[in-house]
Amino acid sequence: MWSRKNSLGGVKLRSEMDAHEATVLRSLVASVLGLLEERAASAPEDELAALTGMRTGNTAAPDEEVLARLLPDFHRPDMDAPDDDEIRAESKADINGALRGLHEPEIIDAKLAAGSVILHTVPENGGKVLLTREQADAWLSGLNDVRLALGTNLGIDADTPDELDPADPRAPHLDIYHWLTWMQDSLVQALAP
Amino acid sequence: MPASPQVTPAESEVAEIDEANDRPWVTVVWDDPVNLMHYVTYIFQKLFGYSKAKATELMMQVHSEGKAVVSSGSRDKVENDVRKLHAAGLWATMQRDGS
Repeated sequence: MWSRKNSLGGVKLRSEMDAHEATVLRSLVASVLGLLEERAASAPEDELAALTGMRTGNTAAPDEEVLARLLPDFHRPDMDAPDDDEIRAESKADINGALRGLHEPEIIDAKLAAGSVILHTVPENGGKVLLTREQADAWLSGLNDVRLALGTNLGIDADTPDELDPADPRAPHLDIYHWLTWMQDSLVQALAP
Repeated sequence: MPASPQVTPAESEVAEIDEANDRPWVTVVWDDPVNLMHYVTYIFQKLFGYSKAKATELMMQVHSEGKAVVSSGSRDKVENDVRKLHAAGLWATMQRDGS
């Protein structure tokens, strides 16, 4: 699906998609970006941030399942060894709140930037796609976020079959998931043979 | 005259907790059913500068054992590694070495 082309302007990654595929991809990316933008907008306002230039974001993990997977915790307290119990359980929740508040804005920014690259490089009515390395890296990240979102919504796990019964309402979504899986896998292998 | 604050309240809170123990920190990456093996390997190479062989080995450890330690160092370094892994969509956490 993706091929690698050595041009005078550097390595380019090349593919092609039809109008329907382009529409589906754009719509999925836009939907993930919309979720992330809402999350960023929901961060508490911080007057200190305006003064110091240091942003802080939400400190509590998202309730929404897709966001929770896109923006996971930094620390899993139950994984610590017993001799860490000198630190109270409350402190561990505080660690996650502190780390999330510090880092979530930047993580959201990175994901928004990656998704935007896809939106700007997908041919509007289908056709050829030609990416630089940097754009390809952005596509990898953006495609991964879309697959995480779809995967969460579909409840993808190790036991998910390749195909569902055509009567299953999830079947078309699973097909899209597999299409994106193939697209991402093909791109990463073209980038790093 | 009051001293200029060098860290945000959130950072100093994490530092205080950390003082209790001066073991280095480690970055753990967890297996998940969505992330592709080739992609995970590529991210390890790209973020940490590991050879393809080493990145593949770590990826296989995540895949077969459910998790792997992919980097270690100061709290600051590991925090940034986790942040970059999260931006790339991997599920990573930080903990003190030996946990």
